[in-house]
Amino acid sequence: MTVSRFRTIIYMAAAIVSLAGLADATYLTVQALTGETLGCGGSPDCFRVLGSSYARVAGIPVAGFGVLAYFSAFSFATFAAFGYARARLFLIPTIGVMFLATLWLLYVQAFLLHAYCRYCLFSAAITFLLAGLVIALPSGRDASVP
Amino acid sequence: MKRYLPFVIVAAVALATLGSGAMLYRAKRPQLLAISEAKMLSGKRDAESMHIRGNPDAPVTLEEYGDFQCPPCGMLAAFLGQLEKEYDSRLRVVFRHFPLSMHEHAREAALAAEAAGLQGRFWEMHDMLYREQEAWSKAPNVRELFESYAGMIGLNLDQFRKDMDGEKARERVDSDHQRGQSLGIQVTPTLFINDRPLDPKDKNPEGIRAEINAALEGKSQA
Repeated sequence: MTVSRFRTIIYMAAAIVSLAGLADATYLTVQALTGETLGCGGSPDCFRVLGSSYARVAGIPVAGFGVLAYFSAFSFATFAAFGYARARLFLIPTIGVMFLATLWLLYVQAFLLHAYCRYCLFSAAITFLLAGLVIALPSGRDASVP
Repeated sequence: MKRYLPFVIVAAVALATLGSGAMLYRAKRPQLLAISEAKMLSGKRDAESMHIRGNPDAPVTLEEYGDFQCPPCGMLAAFLGQLEKEYDSRLRVVFRHFPLSMHEHAREAALAAEAAGLQGRFWEMHDMLYREQEAWSKAPNVRELFESYAGMIGLNLDQFRKDMDGEKARERVDSDHQRGQSLGIQVTPTLFINDRPLDPKDKNPEGIRAEINAALEGKSQA
């Protein structure tokens, strides 16, 4: 297998993994918008996390930022798989920021709220997987769409 | 063609995300009914069984469907205490039971509150149950704890024990729960302000205050 082909496979895998994160973040955003996370009866495990003050930034659900982040990661990975060189440049910092945000959110759950939400943990796993895929990318340049 | 394919894929995913998000939002959005004429708080039969705190003739009524084991209800109870002081005679608070089956001791707690209510101490037990929520929620001997709370608020313990197992307390809890179900309630706390359901996204201090102020304005203009 050529290096270029291996890269394409990694980008495609990153796009598919981002889709799973996108679905998860969309679900959490809808939950936040319907107010389900502000009470009991919806997701019993999650209200302590999603109903906390850490779950919103300037009134916007953090999951909403997750939707944007996963959609960006998906878009950049898709374009990169099709050989768009600039998309590759954007993909790595996007996943880097997502990775740092995930570390912060895990810290909040573990040490500030002492509660975990399974949907948030799933999102963290997805981001770690994306970071792993990006790290697995072979270095160097390859052919690209002009 | 290959050059444009990523654009098509990304656009399709964007549309699918927006579409599925919108559909999920519509499906999950609670469909609460306004409290109908037949169930209006002014109904005599209803007034006998409900628990009111504050001025009975207040222009604004905040009706809560709560579960004593639900932490957000506990947080709300503390905030409602502040609101009662803030709005004084302009606000009355009504509490209705809606114990969720997912909470192991919620129904028993509701019965304890009703048993206290039969001795005229509903709100004292209500406050105690929310204040001590974390302690009894995980306790195996919940009944003993409720009895100790009853003792602390000065109830006749024999009567309290009898009332907790009695028909009257059970009927009141069931009646509130059925009423809540008929209104489409699924989560707690669910709030109504002057018989109109509060949008779940407004279930925060600013949202509740804004709705109360709007209701007060509406009353003063009427």
